[in-house]
Amino acid sequence: MTFTVPIDNGDSVRIAEEESQRTLYPYVTGTSIVAIKYKDGVLMASDMGGSYGSTLRYKNIERVKAIGKHSLLGASGEISDFQEILRYLDELTLNDNMWDDGNSLGPKEIHNYLTRVMYNRRNKLNPLWNTLVLGGVKNGKSYLGMVSMIGVSFEDDHVATGFGNHLARPILRDEWHADLSFEDGVKLLEKCMRVLLYRDRSAINKLQIAKITEEGVTVSQPYSLKTFWEFSSFHNPTAGAEGSW
Amino acid sequence: MFRNQYDTDVTTWSPTGRLFQVEYAMEAVKQGSAAIGLRSRSHVVLACVNKAQSELSSHQRKIFKVDDHIGVAIAGLTADGRVLSRYMRSESINHSFTYESPLPVGRLVVHLADKAQVCTQRSWKRPYGVGLLVGGLDESGAHLYYNCPSGNYFEYQAFAIGSRSQAAKTYLERRFESFQESSREDLIKDAILAIRETLQGETLKSSLCTVSVLGVDEAFHFLDQESIQKVIDTFEKVPEEEEDAGEGEAEPEAATGAAGTGEQGCSGDQDVAPMEI
Repeated sequence: MTFTVPIDNGDSVRIAEEESQRTLYPYVTGTSIVAIKYKDGVLMASDMGGSYGSTLRYKNIERVKAIGKHSLLGASGEISDFQEILRYLDELTLNDNMWDDGNSLGPKEIHNYLTRVMYNRRNKLNPLWNTLVLGGVKNGKSYLGMVSMIGVSFEDDHVATGFGNHLARPILRDEWHADLSFEDGVKLLEKCMRVLLYRDRSAINKLQIAKITEEGVTVSQPYSLKTFWEFSSFHNPTAGAEGSW
Repeated sequence: MFRNQYDTDVTTWSPTGRLFQVEYAMEAVKQGSAAIGLRSRSHVVLACVNKAQSELSSHQRKIFKVDDHIGVAIAGLTADGRVLSRYMRSESINHSFTYESPLPVGRLVVHLADKAQVCTQRSWKRPYGVGLLVGGLDESGAHLYYNCPSGNYFEYQAFAIGSRSQAAKTYLERRFESFQESSREDLIKDAILAIRETLQGETLKSSLCTVSVLGVDEAFHFLDQESIQKVIDTFEKVPEEEEDAGEGEAEPEAATGAAGTGEQGCSGDQDVAPMEI
């Protein structure tokens, strides 16, 4: 943020004010989202943590929400921007419902709308600091896509954000296949989330798995994964290199 | 219609609760050459009569593609029609850009109607002098709407607007119950037959009409002259067996036109009764 002493120079005051209106850093952030298509629709997993820098400040944040009848939105990144996006989508789905004409916005339409919003904000140098995952089912067709804070957008059979890009994607590439059953899908997601729990410092052991099918959305109650810390190499991690950690 | 002191301004009500300027605008629609629309569960056909200003000029375009899944036929002030078509194309493209999905025709029609309504409630504007037959698809299938200068819109199974449209309407009224389940080919044939009704005795030639089709698996496009002529040939080859359709007003029609109705040629419908004059 630039500050100039406003000596009779209206411009610099205005510019300083404009600067302070742009998003420069995120403050309260959510970590990864992992999502996959499965036999009946889409499964999405996220933990419930909100970090304030390196402090794990909030432990009850729902980062996956239902949108309309057909979609599920998960977000990592700035939580307040996620809430803003939920308000935009609320308005959008409200107006869509008010038409009451048998037509409704499906996941593809919502994904594209979000892409437009994110890209436009990026062009104004004032991004919504999120990576969004949009999943849904409409007329029997499953849909899963992602939009980043700079407006990069694509669809895939399995997606992951944040640390999930590095830790979960390799697992998904190896083990995802079409027509996973619900149980297998959940197992796969839990495998990814467990790795993230071990290795991502902003992850907490309290996660939710959301499912969307033709019938609608269900978000599970928060639960935790079993972890194992008795690996022999954990007992004396610096055995081979004294002084390291 | 006769002149009276309440018809100068669109924002002046008459004592009987009418807005005469709006009604006069609807008269303008009746002056244009005929346009016809029909729909089945999965297709919409729009057809119109090609009217040329003079023998020297080409005919005016009355059917416009709005998008792959929406088409519009107009009757009345074609300039107004062109402007509204541009608006429809713009709305459709904006929706496609934002949502990557086709704009449901039912919503487009409401936007159009709201736009027309504005012109009936501003003293510095005038109503659009054009009626629009909008055919298109949305999630629930194929639809046909009529948008009128008053800002009202109605959904139809089949409709005709413009001059001598009453003849076409009478034909359509007899047949509309079968349209919902009609095949694409039958729908096209019915459209051309309805056009013929408005020609009042002129020989039906493919150069005289424009026909367009859109459907669930078929983007909006115009039929070429050859295909239209082929359809005409299926029912024009038998010389006249009955009188032509008359106007709604009981005007005695002396001639049996050259456009005879070879009933045996029409598929499906053997028992179309000769029109009462």
